[in-house]
Amino acid sequence: MKLLTFGPIALCLYVCPLRCVSLPSVAVMDGEAQRAAVSWENGTLAPVDRLRSERADSPTPGLVEGTEPGAGQKSAMFVHAQSFEDLTAETEEVAQRDAELDKSEGECTDELKVLVGEKTIEEQRNSISSETRSKEEDVSSEAWRSHRKHVFVLSEAGKPIYTRYGTEEALSSTMGVMMALVSFVEAEKNIIRSIHADGCKVVFLTKSPLVLVGVSRTCQSDKELLRELQYIYYQIVSLLTLTQLNHIFQHKQNYDLRRLLAGSEYLTDNLLHRLDRDPGLLLSAVTCLPLASSSRDVVSSSLQAAKAKNLVFSILLAGDRLVTLVRKKDQFLHHIDLHLVFNLVGSSSSFREGEGWTPICLPKFNTAGFFHAHISYLEPASELCLILVSTDREDFFNMSDCKQRFLERLSKRSAYQALKEALKCPSYSVAQVGIPELRHFLYKSKSSGLYTSPEFPAVYQSDEEQERLMGLYQDLHSCLHHPTRPLRSFYRCGETENLLAWVTSGFELYLCFSPLATKALAVSAVNKLLKWIRKEEDRLFILSPLTY
Amino acid sequence: MGENLPRVPGGAQLHSDTLHGPVRTLRVKMVILGSSGVGKSSLALRFVRDEFKNPSPTVGCAYLTRVVHLSDVTLRFEIWDTAGQEKYHSVTPLYYRGAHAALVVYDISKRETFVRAQVWLKELEKQYIPGSTVMCLVGNKGDLDQERQISVQEGQALASDRSLFFTETSVLSGDQISELLLGIAHRVYECIGGQQGGLSEWKETPLIDLHHRDTFTPFASCCKVGP
Repeated sequence: MKLLTFGPIALCLYVCPLRCVSLPSVAVMDGEAQRAAVSWENGTLAPVDRLRSERADSPTPGLVEGTEPGAGQKSAMFVHAQSFEDLTAETEEVAQRDAELDKSEGECTDELKVLVGEKTIEEQRNSISSETRSKEEDVSSEAWRSHRKHVFVLSEAGKPIYTRYGTEEALSSTMGVMMALVSFVEAEKNIIRSIHADGCKVVFLTKSPLVLVGVSRTCQSDKELLRELQYIYYQIVSLLTLTQLNHIFQHKQNYDLRRLLAGSEYLTDNLLHRLDRDPGLLLSAVTCLPLASSSRDVVSSSLQAAKAKNLVFSILLAGDRLVTLVRKKDQFLHHIDLHLVFNLVGSSSSFREGEGWTPICLPKFNTAGFFHAHISYLEPASELCLILVSTDREDFFNMSDCKQRFLERLSKRSAYQALKEALKCPSYSVAQVGIPELRHFLYKSKSSGLYTSPEFPAVYQSDEEQERLMGLYQDLHSCLHHPTRPLRSFYRCGETENLLAWVTSGFELYLCFSPLATKALAVSAVNKLLKWIRKEEDRLFILSPLTY
Repeated sequence: MGENLPRVPGGAQLHSDTLHGPVRTLRVKMVILGSSGVGKSSLALRFVRDEFKNPSPTVGCAYLTRVVHLSDVTLRFEIWDTAGQEKYHSVTPLYYRGAHAALVVYDISKRETFVRAQVWLKELEKQYIPGSTVMCLVGNKGDLDQERQISVQEGQALASDRSLFFTETSVLSGDQISELLLGIAHRVYECIGGQQGGLSEWKETPLIDLHHRDTFTPFASCCKVGP
């Protein structure tokens, strides 16, 4: 660790030698698991066998991966369910270095944490008033400085590409400084990871040809912040493909990428908003519309029957919830790609007026090329949106025909009516579980990559309260997935709620209790909740996903 | 999607499922081009449903249909509403290739969109065999007359230089929209409809009709029983 002094503020600069970054990744390639590199090359994402021997030492037999409530049939996983560790594997080795440094300056971090804690309370108050975001806001103002989380994207030439708040033009010198920091450390054959100062964390993610910088006053760990920056990176790639990005910057180093991203900033804005609020992005999972399995099966088989030569994925959404997903055999959709699709559909009203047809890159599938997605709502005022992903850009009429065939088949069945009924109650109340002190929970089945969660109870009705609860879950998540000291379970008492988090090889569970609940009650609630989820799993999860 | 239609003045009639008759239905491919934010999607929405909404930017391309009845023929407009954003330009040729009608839209209150419209016209001219496409220049946002940067004469001059159809519209108020659509319909039918292999016939495939889905259910007959 180096301690640099920049003006009045002392910065702790976390750096790691460049060589250390490349070495472990080589080790991954030839040894242990090809998981990190899962057939990326040929564009498929076959899941690795999850029931490997290393899992056998699970402390909770019966709750191991593949047998937990909500687990799909082993042969038929439909999303490529990666754990958080797999997801961040690329940054893992760097994070390990980071953690070593962390140990060496233990007390220092603790001190900083306290600072961060104090700061956030203050910030939350500020952010509420300034949440009415305006691009025009003055970047030298106190209000701009006090946003909880800034995100900047720049090119390697230091040209601004995106800022969450304010305008890129006004920030060109700030982004110039960011690039200078990156280059300065790089010149010494090092990589800048993060800067911790004054209750603020500055996290750097270099993804050539882009550099992403997050500035956060939240308690999130560097790893969590990096994960969010990765999402932003993938969002940009999904619009342009990495091939095109590389091509552009090889051709013209100081190209202004805003030209190509013009009109799509709202996608990044919305994704950042989702990252603060959507448990799916935190858990690396998606949630389903609760629907009787008999109805879901009919919907799935109708979708399965409407196939075409170049059709790879058929996805039926109800708002932010998955109704069903049918995929080509041996092709898997990564949850990040699925979240990017959710974000695209959820952010744009333009698909309501006609049938949409758009090139889309699914970066976790293949960063090099575009798929072509047919996006349309089943009925004009309906929440049900069908996304048909094809490999052929001239396939519009084939896809349109697939949609018609699906609708024709579906509308003959009573399942369509059941589906429309289910839309009226897309969530459920936690009271159904029957645990008095339980207020809310998140349960993720690891093998299916699906999670379930009840609606927010009355105490968490306001946006601020919901975001605060999400912040608490994020905190627990950080602890469970700590790079060097991961926890299996964690119980935390607070003034406003008590929280319990538990992770096994099969699931991840986060529970929120009223402050009056006890630890003993919380522990006994887990069993009860798991039994309830097992009982309801037919309705809450997709247990038998289909392929064409 | 857009089969339930508003009125169209000037001799055109409402389309309904019963109105098939002996009149031929011909398919017309129409593409709408222009810069971001000039009102392409709103124009398409006016054509199809005579509604106005402030839409979010179009992603890729939107496909809408609208049926127009002329005195001796029915035209089924298949409208490709393209995105104005630069990143989608590489796929735009997919949509204007083989189009029977091409609308190039600009915003009368923004000069750069007019400049961009000229670029679109040049690009289209490279692609087209004269007489196979009806091209039309549309100056939109007529309601912003006080912020006007392009005079009617200037738009008209550009159009007559290239012998294009020209009009100014307002998608906000709906002014000149149905006139524009009918004008294009007549022109397309006159210019291309007569040609050998100009317009292909539309065959309604026996697809679903959500409004009549009761006829599919096995219980439909039960409803007829009783008093």
